[in-house]
Amino acid sequence: MTHFFSVLGIWLGALFTFAIFSFLYKDNPFYKIAEQIFVGLSAGYWFVYTIFFILMPNLFNPLLQDFAVNWIKLIPAVLGILMLLRLIPSIDWVSRFPIALVIGTTSGIFFLRYLKSDVINQLTATIMNPFQGADWVTVVGQILLIIGTLTGVIYFYFSKKHEGAFGVTAKIGIYFLMVSFGAAFGYTAMARISLLIGRLQFLLGDWLGIINP
Amino acid sequence: MKRKIPLIITFVVGVVLIFAEFIPHKPFGLISGELEKWYLIIAGFAIILGQLNLFKVNLFKIRYKQKNWQYFILTLVSFSIMVLCGIFWGTQNNPGVFGNGVAIVTAMGDKPFDYLFLNVYQHLSATMFSLLAFFIASAAYRAFIARTTESNLLLAAAILVMLGNTSMGSILTGWLPESLKFLHLPRISEFIMKYPNTAGQRAIMIGAGLGIIGSSLRIILGIERSYLGGK
Repeated sequence: MTHFFSVLGIWLGALFTFAIFSFLYKDNPFYKIAEQIFVGLSAGYWFVYTIFFILMPNLFNPLLQDFAVNWIKLIPAVLGILMLLRLIPSIDWVSRFPIALVIGTTSGIFFLRYLKSDVINQLTATIMNPFQGADWVTVVGQILLIIGTLTGVIYFYFSKKHEGAFGVTAKIGIYFLMVSFGAAFGYTAMARISLLIGRLQFLLGDWLGIINP
Repeated sequence: MKRKIPLIITFVVGVVLIFAEFIPHKPFGLISGELEKWYLIIAGFAIILGQLNLFKVNLFKIRYKQKNWQYFILTLVSFSIMVLCGIFWGTQNNPGVFGNGVAIVTAMGDKPFDYLFLNVYQHLSATMFSLLAFFIASAAYRAFIARTTESNLLLAAAILVMLGNTSMGSILTGWLPESLKFLHLPRISEFIMKYPNTAGQRAIMIGAGLGIIGSSLRIILGIERSYLGGK
C-alpha cells in the first residue's frame, strides 16, 4: 500500500508539473486547474500552520495547561475573535480594535528596529577609513562603498529638485542602484534556473528514471 | 467611539513599546513583552481571517457564476481537504483530532497533510517559481534593449554576477596570469557583490528605514488613519 501511495505521489507531482509548464504554450484549462489547486492548498497549508505553530503554543496550550497564570491571554483571544468579525459587514467596525493594537505594536517595534538596523547600523558600517585595506582592490572597493551609499541616499531625497551638483550626485547614486539591481537580477535568474533544473531532474529521474537524481 | 478608541489604542501601544526600549524598569519591560505576545496571537487570527476571506470570495464567485467559476470549486475543495487533513490527523510532529493516525500513516507512508504537502504543494510551488525562469529571460530582453547607461550597467552587473557564479566564469578567465587575477570573473562577481551592490542595498535600506520610521510616527500620532477604513 505504501508503494502505491509513493508511486501515486510521483505521478501527481509529474502531472501537476506538466500542467503548470503548459502555460508556456498558452493559458489553458490544465494550467487553470493546477493554479487553483495551488491557491487552495497554499491557503489550507497556512491555515493549519497558523493553528498548530502560532495559536496552539501561544494561546490554546497556555490557557489549557495553567489558566490561573495565563488568563490574561483571553484578552488577545477576544481581540482575535473580534478580528474575525470583519467577515460580517454589519459589524465589521469592531475589528478596528484588534487592528489598532496590531498596527500600534507593529509601528512601535518597527520604529525602533529599523532605526537601529537599517539606519544607525548601516551608517556606522559606512563611516570607516577607506584606505585601511590589505590591497588596492579592497581600498577601491571601500571608496566605492562610501560614495555609492552616500550618493544613493542623496538620490532618495526628493524634497529638493535633482539639478546642478545635487542632480549629478543623485545620478551617480542611480548608477550604483542599477549595479545593485543587476546583481539582484542575476541572482534571481540563477535561483529560478536552478529551480527549473530541479524540476527537470524530478521528471527525468524520479518519474521516468532516465537519469540518476 | 468607532474611530477614537482605535486611535487611542494605537497611540498608547506604540508609545509604550518605544518608551520600554529606553526605560529598563518594571512595568515597561513586562508590558512590552506581553504586548508582543498579544501581537503574535492577533496576527495569527489575522492570517485565519485572510484564509476565511479567500473562502468567502471564492464562494461568491461560484454562487454568482462569475467568469471561470468552475475552477474556483477546485480552490475550495483543495483548501478544505488540506485543512481537514491537518485538523483530523495533524502535521508531522503534532497530533490532530484523530491522534497521530497510525493506520493511515502505515498505509500512506506519511500523514495525509504531509503527503499532500510533499507530493502536490511542493511540486506545484517549485514549478510555479521555475516558470519564472522563462519569463525573466523575456523581461531581461525588454529591460536591456533600452540603450542607456543605466540599463547597460544593469546588464553588465547581471551578466558578470551570473558568469562569476558558474563554472563557465572560471573557465573563461582561468588562463589569466597571476598579476591579472583581479580580472578573474568569480573575483569580479565577488567584488560587485561586496562593494557596489552593498552600497546600493545600503542606500535602499537607509531610505526605506527612514520611510518606515516616518510612517510609524505618523501612525502612532494618529496622522495616518487609512488602516481604520473609510466609514
